Amino acid sequence: MLVAAPSAMSITTLQQIANRLAAGECSSVEVTQDYINKINELNKSLGCYITIDAERSLTQARAADARRAAGKAGALTGVPLAHKDIFCAKGWLTTCGSKMLGNFVAPYDAHVVERCDTEGMVTLGKTNMDEFAMGSSNETSHFGPVRNPWDVTRVPGGSSGGSAAAVAAGLAPAATGTDTGGSIRQPAALTGICGLKPTYGLVSRYGMIAFASSLDQAGPMAHTAADLGLLLNVMAGHDPRDSTSLQRPAEDYNRDLEKPLKGLRIGLPREFFGDGMSADVRRATDAAIAEYQKLGAQPVEVSLPNMGLSVPVYYVLAPAEASSNLSRFDGVRYGHRAAEYGDLLDMYKRSRAGGFGAEVKRRILIGTYVLSHGYYDAYYIRAQKLRRLIAQDFAQAFKACDVIMGPTSPTTAFRLGEKSADPVQMYLSDIYTIAVNLAGLPGMSIPCGFGEGGLPVGLQIVGNYFDEARMLNVAHQYQLATDWHRRAPRGVTA
Amino acid sequence: MKWEVVIGLETHAQLSTLSKIFSGAPTAFGAEPNTQACGVDIALPGVLPVLNRGAVERAVRFGLAVGAKINSPSIFARKNYFYPDLPKGYQISQYEKPIVECGGIAIQVGDAEKTVRLTRAHLEEDAGKSLHEDFHGRSGIDLNRAGTPLLEIVSEPDMRSAEEAVAYAKALHTLVRWIGVCDGNMQEGSFRCDANVSVRPAGSDKLGTRREIKNLNSFRFLQQAIEYEVQWQIGELEDGRAIEQATVLFDPDSGETRMMRSKEDAHDYRYFPDPDLLPLEVTVQQIEAVRAAMPPLPEARREQFRARFGLTPYDAGLLTASRELADYFAAAAEGADAKTGKLCANWISGALSARLNEDNLEIAASRIDASRLRGLVDRIADGTLSGKMAKDVFDAMWAGEGDADAIIAAKGLKQISDSGTLEKIVDDVLTANAQQVADYRAGKEKAFNSLVGQAMKATRGKANPQQVNEILKRKLAG
Repeated sequence: MLVAAPSAMSITTLQQIANRLAAGECSSVEVTQDYINKINELNKSLGCYITIDAERSLTQARAADARRAAGKAGALTGVPLAHKDIFCAKGWLTTCGSKMLGNFVAPYDAHVVERCDTEGMVTLGKTNMDEFAMGSSNETSHFGPVRNPWDVTRVPGGSSGGSAAAVAAGLAPAATGTDTGGSIRQPAALTGICGLKPTYGLVSRYGMIAFASSLDQAGPMAHTAADLGLLLNVMAGHDPRDSTSLQRPAEDYNRDLEKPLKGLRIGLPREFFGDGMSADVRRATDAAIAEYQKLGAQPVEVSLPNMGLSVPVYYVLAPAEASSNLSRFDGVRYGHRAAEYGDLLDMYKRSRAGGFGAEVKRRILIGTYVLSHGYYDAYYIRAQKLRRLIAQDFAQAFKACDVIMGPTSPTTAFRLGEKSADPVQMYLSDIYTIAVNLAGLPGMSIPCGFGEGGLPVGLQIVGNYFDEARMLNVAHQYQLATDWHRRAPRGVTA
Repeated sequence: MKWEVVIGLETHAQLSTLSKIFSGAPTAFGAEPNTQACGVDIALPGVLPVLNRGAVERAVRFGLAVGAKINSPSIFARKNYFYPDLPKGYQISQYEKPIVECGGIAIQVGDAEKTVRLTRAHLEEDAGKSLHEDFHGRSGIDLNRAGTPLLEIVSEPDMRSAEEAVAYAKALHTLVRWIGVCDGNMQEGSFRCDANVSVRPAGSDKLGTRREIKNLNSFRFLQQAIEYEVQWQIGELEDGRAIEQATVLFDPDSGETRMMRSKEDAHDYRYFPDPDLLPLEVTVQQIEAVRAAMPPLPEARREQFRARFGLTPYDAGLLTASRELADYFAAAAEGADAKTGKLCANWISGALSARLNEDNLEIAASRIDASRLRGLVDRIADGTLSGKMAKDVFDAMWAGEGDADAIIAAKGLKQISDSGTLEKIVDDVLTANAQQVADYRAGKEKAFNSLVGQAMKATRGKANPQQVNEILKRKLAG
């Protein structure tokens, strides 16, 4: 049974931990042990983590302390974080939220994990997620739902729901996530934290289990914009093992944090402010825009005329790619294989029928259908054309503005089970985020207030390609003026 | 009714890169199962393909060698189907936009020459291997071959007989080895053909329904399979049955083709562009660099040999069966006149080829190098050696006894061409063989040969046979 704790938790940022470690006020082992204790206390109630391995985490922490003692610490050496269970991490169970990979111990590190390890960061565990990142509520996970720390009868959003809830509940100071149609931004919004989906190609997809390759992008989730920048500095960078990884010089994404916002043109797409969003989300969003005006920014109305097509376009393209990406889970080489089967075809059928959940099967079926002979042109090719139009809409809009703002999610966190019977309703919870993935643009969500029932509301900020530093600046200036991001749930106890 | 045979070939040539097309794992043949398959090849969750530049360069080299168009960009697509030796559940191939389009291959059948047009050539990865024996009712999977780079070369249906198909396959085989893009090893599966075969009434311009014979890995099987298939199809049609589109396998033991799957069972491969790989751009500079490094091609060498030495098309064809052979001939015939050049050609395609075959050696491993062969030919051209003596010298050279001049000196093999000496020898022979002389004069032509033989015997084969002939004729006539 979950009960509200007497006092509100306070947030701890990556920067604070890094400062304390640098000042010698605490060791990585102590910080890590603190988080392990909190995880042990609360994870059973919240379901944030699929796998924790305290000994492994503490070993990393000890190595980080030794490295610091040797004077070789980087900015985040010794700072713990959680990885979404979509990232392969050597020696860690890596399930992607699926029974299909329920026994899969990754034999190699994803680029993102490798980068964090190289920085000397400590892995606290692997976080829960919608199965193969397909979902917006974390309810499709084979390992059970994640509960929203602000109201445990509600979902944390998805698919990076475990990462979001872990950060919101103080079970990790930051986490990695992935975003194919909103899977970082929507759960960040629903749990009152910050999440950034970088420009497609900025963070290597190597070792990140593919859902829809042309849309998938990894990014940081944390309490503050500055923390997102710190973690993005570690995660981003060219990787020759991913052919879609961009070759760009390294940059400090926090370099512009302190720039004033005077003269910043904020694009407000007409299509974001229609009937779709609930009244409380609208109130909080409007108030955030007003706050930005106080900071010297100017709102500009822009239009994304094809945005209404983004959900149908997405639900052709993403399942098409997924149907092919998930073919490798066939029971032959690793993962789930049915205990009993007849011939080869029967082995495939039973293993896949038993290993995949309902939402994954639905998307494989949709994807297989739209790629089939006779349907390919009508669905896949048409969706690709519309995808280009959607990207052109953004290009047009960015001629008139520097960033685009709007709601991240049409509602605050919904109840567990509320939308799980109606896939289309569930799909519509990503109505504001999907277009950004289709265009390959960077997008983020930051807390901007609370709606009914004291549930967090997220503000979405969309930047032009490679404009992450500006987006972080825009978010950081807002966070200097407001404290929404510092609010923490009253706490949950077992 | 008279039938016309229509054949098109799809050939898989394994590209000669050291590593795989989308991973860094080695491509060497014959390793222990699954020891040459990395995470990408076994399709671990999260791995991604990275295109091997060497495979692209080889595809471009091939395209330029057949006068094709190099597409930029070309697009990699996924061909989706389930099979245990296909780890990803899809094969990365090129579908709508292949890297190479058009071009052609010149072939010769008998005296006829023609050009078989190419439709396209595209890059793709090979699958692994399923092993159905030795596993007690289960199957083993070896993924060493998974991800090996292939160039699939598709011809137009331009061939009209099994002979033409074999000539095309051989010309293609020669070419890919010539330009170094494929080792051509057919036993190891580096070069294998699928044949699309149909027949139609002679004179018709409508194609008949084709059946595809899969995986023919020798020229002999290619010929046998097509010949059987053609007869089978003609038989069906003449018996009033329609041909149904199908994929068939050739059984070398029975010499027959048998149905593998019908059109109804054909897969829907659900091709779509692979989002893990960007469109493949090849710049004009890259293409020109490949062109600049291209060796002279077989056709150019054939023309050169014919023009310089007056070789027949047939001989020129033999000498350009491989680049090494052509280089050998060119080295042997360097600076030679037409007569000497032709002698070199004859010795290479005659005695030398026979010896190489006997000892199962490639030309590069010949025990007689090009300059030594020329040394022998020069002694024939200048009359030092008779044909018979030259053969002995050749054998001695093959046995490693030195160059031609050394062997001639050591064995005292110098041909006797001094007419004074020969006249005397012939006189002796005529005196000693009065009966044969009488026979010859009585009209028995055979007696002449016997007299030549006596002269040769008297000189232990060293007499110049032409001169002996002439002297004998003159003296007998006299």
